[in-house]
Amino acid sequence: MNETLAHPGTRPVATAGLAGFLQRHGAWILALAVALVLPWLFYDWSRARHSGFVVAMLSQMSMMAIFALSYNMQMGQAGLLSFGHAVFFGLGGYCTAHVLNAVKEGTFWLPTELVPLAGGLGGLAFAMVFGYVATKQRATAFAMITLGIGELVTACALMFKTFFGGEGGVSTNRMIGTSLFGLGYGPGIQVYYLIVAWTVIAIALMHLLTRTPLGRMANACRDNYERAQFVGYDPSMVRFVQFTLSGFFAGIAGALYALTYEIVTFDAVAGAMSANALLMTYIGGVGVFAGPVVGAVLITLLQSWVSLLSNSWLVYVGLLFILMVTFAPGGIAGLIAMHDPIWRSKRLGRLAVPYARVLVPGLIAVAGFVLLVELCSFLTIGAAQGKSFKLSGLTIDPQRPGAWLVGGALLALGGLGLWREGRGFRAVWESLMEEIKAAGRA
Amino acid sequence: MSDAAIRLSDVHKSFGPTPIIMGVSLDIAPGERHAIIGPNGAGKTTLFNLISGRLPVTRGRIELYGQSIDGLPAHRINRLGLSRSFQITSIFPRMTVFENIRCGLLWSMGYRYAFWRLLGRERRLNDAAERLLADVNLESRRNLPAGLLSYAEQRALEIGITIAGGARTILLDEPTAGMSRSEANHAVALIRRVTEGKTLVMVEHDMSVVFDLADVVTVLVYGRIIASGPPAAIRANRAVRDAYLGAVAS
Amino acid sequence: MELLLVSLLNGLVYGMLLFMLASGLTLIFSMMGVLNFAHASIYMLGAYFAYDVSRHLGFWPALVLAPALCGLLGALIEMHGLRRVHRNGHIAELLFTFGLAFIIEKAVQMIWGLLPVPYRVPAALDRTLFHVYGTNFPAYRGFMLLVSALMFLAIWLMLTRTRMGLVIQAALTHPEMVGALGHNVPRVFTTVFAGGCALAGLAGVIGGNYLVTEPSMAFTMGPIVFVVVVFGGLGSLAGCFIASLIMGFVQTFAVVLEYSLADALAAVGIKITASTPLAELLTIPLPRIGALLPFVMLIVILLFRPRGLMGTRDT
Repeated sequence: MNETLAHPGTRPVATAGLAGFLQRHGAWILALAVALVLPWLFYDWSRARHSGFVVAMLSQMSMMAIFALSYNMQMGQAGLLSFGHAVFFGLGGYCTAHVLNAVKEGTFWLPTELVPLAGGLGGLAFAMVFGYVATKQRATAFAMITLGIGELVTACALMFKTFFGGEGGVSTNRMIGTSLFGLGYGPGIQVYYLIVAWTVIAIALMHLLTRTPLGRMANACRDNYERAQFVGYDPSMVRFVQFTLSGFFAGIAGALYALTYEIVTFDAVAGAMSANALLMTYIGGVGVFAGPVVGAVLITLLQSWVSLLSNSWLVYVGLLFILMVTFAPGGIAGLIAMHDPIWRSKRLGRLAVPYARVLVPGLIAVAGFVLLVELCSFLTIGAAQGKSFKLSGLTIDPQRPGAWLVGGALLALGGLGLWREGRGFRAVWESLMEEIKAAGRA
Repeated sequence: MSDAAIRLSDVHKSFGPTPIIMGVSLDIAPGERHAIIGPNGAGKTTLFNLISGRLPVTRGRIELYGQSIDGLPAHRINRLGLSRSFQITSIFPRMTVFENIRCGLLWSMGYRYAFWRLLGRERRLNDAAERLLADVNLESRRNLPAGLLSYAEQRALEIGITIAGGARTILLDEPTAGMSRSEANHAVALIRRVTEGKTLVMVEHDMSVVFDLADVVTVLVYGRIIASGPPAAIRANRAVRDAYLGAVAS
Repeated sequence: MELLLVSLLNGLVYGMLLFMLASGLTLIFSMMGVLNFAHASIYMLGAYFAYDVSRHLGFWPALVLAPALCGLLGALIEMHGLRRVHRNGHIAELLFTFGLAFIIEKAVQMIWGLLPVPYRVPAALDRTLFHVYGTNFPAYRGFMLLVSALMFLAIWLMLTRTRMGLVIQAALTHPEMVGALGHNVPRVFTTVFAGGCALAGLAGVIGGNYLVTEPSMAFTMGPIVFVVVVFGGLGSLAGCFIASLIMGFVQTFAVVLEYSLADALAAVGIKITASTPLAELLTIPLPRIGALLPFVMLIVILLFRPRGLMGTRDT
């Protein structure tokens, strides 16, 4: 079940014109509509106010979507594993903060709407410098050098005050009064719509890039470095250009970050932020263009909601990541894409019952696991913070064995059930695929 | 005499202390179909790797139409008009068959590292790719990821990518390896057709292919050339028979 | 002079500790092509295990038990995790070990809390060994040197005198060939991986109370160990040893030398004032940029000598 080949061209050529456009990009248009409308679903009509929480979360999702997509330009499309992508995100943010401050002081003029471009150019410039060094290397050395660059920049960000503002970072104010539409950009919702606009632009550009000579050759270098040489291309040059463009888009995401939070600190370039990009992109799925967007939305959701309820949300993310690496290297989008042949041959319904049978023990196992993790966390961290473990009104004492036994039992039972039903599911899946293959040949 | 397509002058190659190629000098004329045969371990693929720039020579010179190419990186040699296929199929497995061929065309049609042109709109490029696809009989597999092709189809695709760039000099490393008799016959017909007018150098173990296609045969044994000439002469050559062909040479 | 000698000794201690970590990592990386991101996490676990064991049984049992536990854990990880992921390629292996490092850090936070734990030097060793120009040289540091020297000797003997060692040496530079010769390569791999982890655990036992034992120690130590491995070069333990010592000295001396680039320039007559461009960069004293130095070293070596000091293969 590890077929991760995404087939962009196996569909027959679609209809032309508007109908064709809608058919190919329908999902994106729907996503855009949802993004535009969603804040209003949480609007507090009685107080004429948007939910700050929802708008902040949606803003974060959008900028992380750009960030993750830019990362996938390296990982999924060019086969480059970088541990320092946040460098371009953060440096883009720092540049933007300085530009905003400069505009506010009157040093030069730039419309607010075009400020993210400043971040993009900053990301691009630094990507050219670091990329020149990094892209000469092959696989593991590349990963190491990006790690080194990331640590280097983080250390510099903490040390130097002139550009990075040292530990305190660089503060800025986005209300610089140079909007082309006369907007103040004080309220979060206005910034959100600016972010959405830039997200659409960035996603469209990155998608178009995949269909250019550079984009295709990046794929080729990923698939077969040597063969790419023997069709006349210098793979390290291909990687270099791809790397710099990826830095450009990361810089745009960083600029949006600076606009939203109005402060940029070393966190924006640090290893944790680079790890974030990696996790979002991989979990979402590197083989499908939209995969990183899925990952960004999911991780931001977990970050915003689960972190309110639990100290251990990163444990769940980490575990999800390892499970994906081991069992589902295509990520969530990859898993969905695997259903494509089944859906097109209209056999999807046959999976309903097998899925249900796997879901039940699966959920039980997850519940047990979560219980144990939370117990553990409350025993140490929670106790230090003076919090107690409350579950729908019941206070659970991690010092007593009761809850531990329940958690262990749930995990064991659910795990066993999952094992058995998993085998059954696999059998159904494989027989379905055989059927489809046979039907295709007939 | 710089009218040779490829000229090897006293080429030596050692891996550490182990010599593999020991003083090979060879001229390959333009338009010639030249086969290199020899027992396993003779250094045939190493020779290919030296010519195509995958490995550096330890000593000696390699010239392509009079221009020195030893020491140049592989992609530069390719741009000078020399293309090769590999013993172990080397294609782009996750891209479609059509994309594979199209990638082979990009550089020679001048696209370089362009990120401002959409491939879908490039009529000349796509037409050329379609023609090539037809040449190698893979039209029906157009949209399949190359990794899913059958072995023989992948070899055909590899040949397609190799000639896509319009190189004048083609190196094919065991093009019919692993094929059945009928598949090999198809491959030979394909090779003959697509290398019309070009210089072809190939490494082969299948003697019927060699004697069918080649104008000149060179025999490499333990890193040295022991014979070079028309197929009939090689077949009759005693030293070659002892070293390689054995008593049966049909 | 006094400063020099003391710093040399301290640099040596730290360098040997780094070598304990880096040697395991080099062996694993050279043989299996996997850069084990979780290596420093095992080091951290070694320290935490030692803390727990020494609380109940004492330091000396911990010295044996903690590395053993780490070795066992390493074997389990290799057999059930890495081997599965190996099929999906090098990048998948890298990601797997990265995810592992991530989870181990979170797990440690969950089990032992966010704050450093009071893992202390045992009372028996908590005294002065000798005096150097008026500064005390603690017995514990002598102990650390002893343990690391013994371990180095043991590895060297094992690699050169035992059959397994010869196979490992061969696999260091020609892993595919070793398999082709009929050796049970998976078993060799598991052994090396487990051994490397046990070494890391040992480093944790003796390093955890020398430095601080806290959940972030893996991610602080990890990158430095990587730099050492890359600097020393693939396939060479000797290179790793030299690189570890160099790193140990660099980091120790950087902390005590209160000079900056501006001072160096002043020595040749160039004066830097507050208005000189990049003044901040030039006037910052060495101790403050100590954290930067390993990564500058990494970038420099990858730029000019990607094989490392004594590497036999390209990374």
